[in-house]
Amino acid sequence: MSQNASIPHRLISQDTEPARSYVPQPIRYVVDVINLFLEWLGELGFFTWQVLRSAFRRPFEGRELMRQLDEIGSKSLPLVALAGAAIGAVLSLESRSSLVRFGAKSMLPAALVFSIIHETGPIVTGLVVAGRVGAGIGAELGSMKVTEQIDAIEASGVNPYKYLAFTRIVACMLMLPLLTIAADFCGVLFGWVADTLADPISFHKFFNQGFHRATFSDFLAPTFRTAIFGLIIGLIGCFQGMRTKGGTEGVGLSATSSVVLSSLFVILADVILVKLILVFFP
Amino acid sequence: MTDATGQEVLLGAEESAGNFAAAHIGEKSDSAAVIVRRLYKSFGSQIVLDGIDLTVKSGETLAMLGRSGTGKSVLLKLIIGLQKPDSGSIWVQGREIGELAIDAMNEVRKKMGFLFQHAALYDSLTVEQNVAFPLARHTKMTERERTGRVKELLASVGMEGDLKKMPSDISGGMQKRVGLARALALEPAVLLLDEPTAGLDPITSGEIDELILKLQEEHDMASIVVTHDLHSAKTIADRIALLHHGRVLIEGSFSELEKSDNTFVSEFMKRDG
Repeated sequence: MSQNASIPHRLISQDTEPARSYVPQPIRYVVDVINLFLEWLGELGFFTWQVLRSAFRRPFEGRELMRQLDEIGSKSLPLVALAGAAIGAVLSLESRSSLVRFGAKSMLPAALVFSIIHETGPIVTGLVVAGRVGAGIGAELGSMKVTEQIDAIEASGVNPYKYLAFTRIVACMLMLPLLTIAADFCGVLFGWVADTLADPISFHKFFNQGFHRATFSDFLAPTFRTAIFGLIIGLIGCFQGMRTKGGTEGVGLSATSSVVLSSLFVILADVILVKLILVFFP
Repeated sequence: MTDATGQEVLLGAEESAGNFAAAHIGEKSDSAAVIVRRLYKSFGSQIVLDGIDLTVKSGETLAMLGRSGTGKSVLLKLIIGLQKPDSGSIWVQGREIGELAIDAMNEVRKKMGFLFQHAALYDSLTVEQNVAFPLARHTKMTERERTGRVKELLASVGMEGDLKKMPSDISGGMQKRVGLARALALEPAVLLLDEPTAGLDPITSGEIDELILKLQEEHDMASIVVTHDLHSAKTIADRIALLHHGRVLIEGSFSELEKSDNTFVSEFMKRDG
């Protein structure tokens, strides 16, 4: 028997030095971050699978879906419209001074319309909804998780992936394109208001000049790509909310992380989707 | 009465968990509502349940006692399938729930009612909507029939006057009553109660105990009650199981536990008995 057998392990002196890691600290940190991200991605994939699996089983929770359409769509409308209007007015003011300098003032309506329907409208809508709805979903589901309400739903024989997550994700996907149309409309309208205050022009003329060269695909693809933004916002909000741990601090973290991650992924998805749209709708 | 050693004799080394349950179910399919056999559950390195064996018959109330953190609430969550055991088997109403798909598990859950420790009422729904929630999803009742049933359930727990109130507007005791009404909505065969009197004053606790007794008389349910309240356990339980170090240390009537010469049991029973 070893001489140290009866001595507690923690009291035995460590003669051999622990193996030194020759990986520099910053690299180890990066590796840890990548590991955490991959772990998060794996859990997100599993969560997505659970939601998908539940989606095709009865009942389809139509009433809850309608409630979420109202919660996510109608209640986001004022904020999205306001953001669209502000962006339209600012774009009009900024573009006007640049275009006047190059003698292309008559191009202002077209520049404004193309800028709004192609990029500004969809991305502003995506980010505003990510802020409002992403935080709301993360906090609501997080709070339900820590107060065992999600367990209570499951204990009642109701699938929470369908009742809570699927309805919210579908509502986000259906509402984002509609909200984008509202943001686009307000952007164009308030772009005209800003323009006509500096140099009066009728809305009819402004509208005609703006949409003169626009085709249906100029509007369709950019607007409907926001359904993907909706998928991202709904999925990340529900995932972060339903994996909440701890008490109120955990709920706060879920709300924050839902907004940060969904905004980040909306921007990243925008880059990819813009490239794809340019390839398929040149 | 059986103690830890007695249980070893009862089960026997050669008798597998499956055989035991099959024998029980086969002999008296309507008597054993819940059977738990050699159930293990750990969280990381912490072993919470270390081979639990339990049988609860229809119409019987079993109170689970034990120190905090001994896995009593975990056991209830395992029985209703909210958590998965590391190993072991659970039969509810003759069905082994371990391998059930989610739809089949939900069918079994419809036969169970669960009262959470903090009631876990849906805070965005009214009292009435909370109780109606399982009815709206699992029955084909009309709106009118559902309203009638909800009123009936709330009246049975003395909450018929608070239909339109939000959970945040009622007291903890009232929330427990509503939670109990919700748990009873589908007329379950098995009722799981997680600390029904925790955090309540002695008078409200007594009222909840009386309510549970009344409901047990009205419905022929098997009930498992997790509690720290010895008065409550004495009042409502037919049988008591004391959990210690992840195992059932002793099982029997309240008076049998009081007479036990096991140091831990007598110490535990002396605290409040």
